[in-house]
Amino acid sequence: MFNYESYLRLDKFPLIWCSGCGDGIVLKSMIRAIDKLGLSKDDVCMVSGIGCSSRLTGYVDFNTLHTTHGRALTFATGIKMAKPRLHVIVVTGDGDATAIGGNHYIHAARRNIDITVILFNNFIYGMTGGQVSPCTPKGKRASTAPYGNFENAFNISGLAQAAGASFVARATVYNAVQLEKLIQRAIERKGFSLVEVLSPCPTAYGRRNREGTPVDMILQQKETTVSVAAAEKMSAEELEGKIITGVLTDVERPECREEYQKLIDSFRKEG
Amino acid sequence: MKTILEGSQACAEAVRLARVQVVSAYPITPQTHIVEELAKFCSDGSLNGRFLCVESEHSAMAAVIGAAAGGVRTFTASSSQGLALMHEMLHWAAGGRLPIVMAEVNRALGPGWNLWADQTDSLAQRDTGWIQLYCADGQEVLDTTLQAYRLAEAVNLPVMVILDAFFLSHTWEPVDLPAQEEVDQFLPPYAPRFRMDTDHPQSLHGVAPIGVYMEMRRSMQLAMEAVPELLERIEEEFFARFGRRYGPVEPYLCDDADVILVTSGTAAGTARVVVDQLRAEGQKAGLLRIRMFRPFPVRSVHEVLKSALKVAVLDRNCSFGAGGIFASELRSALQGGNPVPVYSYIAGLGGRDITVETIRDCFALTRGTDRPAIESVWLGVKEELLK
Ligand SMILES: Cc1ncc(C[n+]2csc(CCOP(=O)(O)OP(=O)(O)O)c2C)c(N)n1
Ligand code: SF4
Repeated sequence: MFNYESYLRLDKFPLIWCSGCGDGIVLKSMIRAIDKLGLSKDDVCMVSGIGCSSRLTGYVDFNTLHTTHGRALTFATGIKMAKPRLHVIVVTGDGDATAIGGNHYIHAARRNIDITVILFNNFIYGMTGGQVSPCTPKGKRASTAPYGNFENAFNISGLAQAAGASFVARATVYNAVQLEKLIQRAIERKGFSLVEVLSPCPTAYGRRNREGTPVDMILQQKETTVSVAAAEKMSAEELEGKIITGVLTDVERPECREEYQKLIDSFRKEG
Repeated sequence: MKTILEGSQACAEAVRLARVQVVSAYPITPQTHIVEELAKFCSDGSLNGRFLCVESEHSAMAAVIGAAAGGVRTFTASSSQGLALMHEMLHWAAGGRLPIVMAEVNRALGPGWNLWADQTDSLAQRDTGWIQLYCADGQEVLDTTLQAYRLAEAVNLPVMVILDAFFLSHTWEPVDLPAQEEVDQFLPPYAPRFRMDTDHPQSLHGVAPIGVYMEMRRSMQLAMEAVPELLERIEEEFFARFGRRYGPVEPYLCDDADVILVTSGTAAGTARVVVDQLRAEGQKAGLLRIRMFRPFPVRSVHEVLKSALKVAVLDRNCSFGAGGIFASELRSALQGGNPVPVYSYIAGLGGRDITVETIRDCFALTRGTDRPAIESVWLGVKEELLK
């Protein structure tokens, strides 16, 4: 059996996560991915914002920084600039990254700085009790949208792709094996890499939207997602209401810090 | 109509009764119940307004600034980190002379994430040009919110209605909910002095050269100076209609008191119990609750404290390097009045309970010490954790 314990701060247990929350599955997948890559714990720096998902940094035995709501990516950018050796991994929620931190999110992707982002998308602000998020699908209920959300939702992965990220993938907690592999590839890929994980929140989202039990919510992910390969063979009508999972972008692009270094080096040579 | 309401609901009900047209907010514990209630009111039509669920507190304040500049009545609410994030816009709302009202739920700032009561968040905004009113119970939250619109629209300055996290925001109490017609008479529709008006186009919030900037700021100060008298008049009217009045400060058994404890927010409720106990024990103890912090009610405190021998101030906040904030304000306010010694105490930060014992300690230490310490005295600190 895989030994998770050496990666955890067991004295911080029990977790704050509700039973049935998807976030624990992401935590385990992340740990397995880091283990497979053989990274030393001391070479990993995990940075999070604020939210249920962002609590993760309290539970893992890496260098960790729990920051303010929405700003994890800016703290992480500073860390990467100061300590380029570190594998900087940002853990964030849909609200954290695309509401209050939306600006930082697109700018970090635009710079293509070498940071891995694991974004837990549960379509809601879980920690504060289920208010509408920029990722709440239209028509779904939230505590600040008691009769249904009338706004359009963000396509989180699409934002990162459009802004210039090197690696973008979408995953589910239903397919935890794939999730682990995608996290592994995201860490390996130089530049801004995103794994958007659909992680059910039965407490603040599921109950209000009558999504059934936590198990129902996970099984529903199987029904509503299609792989990139399958999606290529489907018509626009068939894809209506489906969420595409797998690797959406994987390209070699100039990385922010390296470009900066090149500039500095060009002066050194001349001097 | 008497009913049982949570402090947050009392606030939301007041916003509904004030017929606010635009509410904008970003959720943060412990403010969430206020804005969730308002989101519901705006959707189901019990409030004919629009609720904007924006992407941050900075945007929330910016959105109400826009709405207020458009000439409508506005509201937002926040707390702690959210209020801190609004800081730039707080200056903007006041400098723009927009009568925005916000509820601010006093909660501790991080790091050291903490959801609980602490006044340092709102007090750190004291120089932004906002009127600040600190409430002690649910009824007062409702009444103060209604009064706040009258006050704000009269002086063209924004008002912060402040309530303690959980002790007030999440506590259910009997509250007298006034009838809409009564409120309408007390608070008529907002008639802006200036607004974006397409028939008379104007440019708002533009450049202010050296030749006028100082006068703009002087005018803000003059507006602040007019507040105490205005509040008195507004409260007079409020009292005539609803039978309740609070004042900028609320003295309790101060007339003959030799030692008076000054505090604010919900701690005042506990302090009142202690004053009763001490009176029963034969001590001449008094309590002065400060409700209005900005503008600081200098005349009122002079009046109430004029014959006290000692004053103890209990602060649930700290300005690092200076100490309790109400205490330092009070010390400077007392210049030129009774040269009474002011003893400063800090307790209850980050939601630690301010108990009857805490307040008894304040009185006992004040009585038992000849001269106040230069620095604030911290009560209930676990010294072993500081080693
Ligand atoms: C400046 C600021 N505003 C608001 C909050 C309150 N807050 C804490 S977590 C959160 C939303 C969390 O949602 P998300 O990022 O989607 O994470 P989840 O809890 O769903 O995992 C909010 C609004 C805060 N901590 N700081
Ligand atoms: S509220 Fe939702 S996101 Fe937060 S721990 Fe519970 S289930 Fe998970």
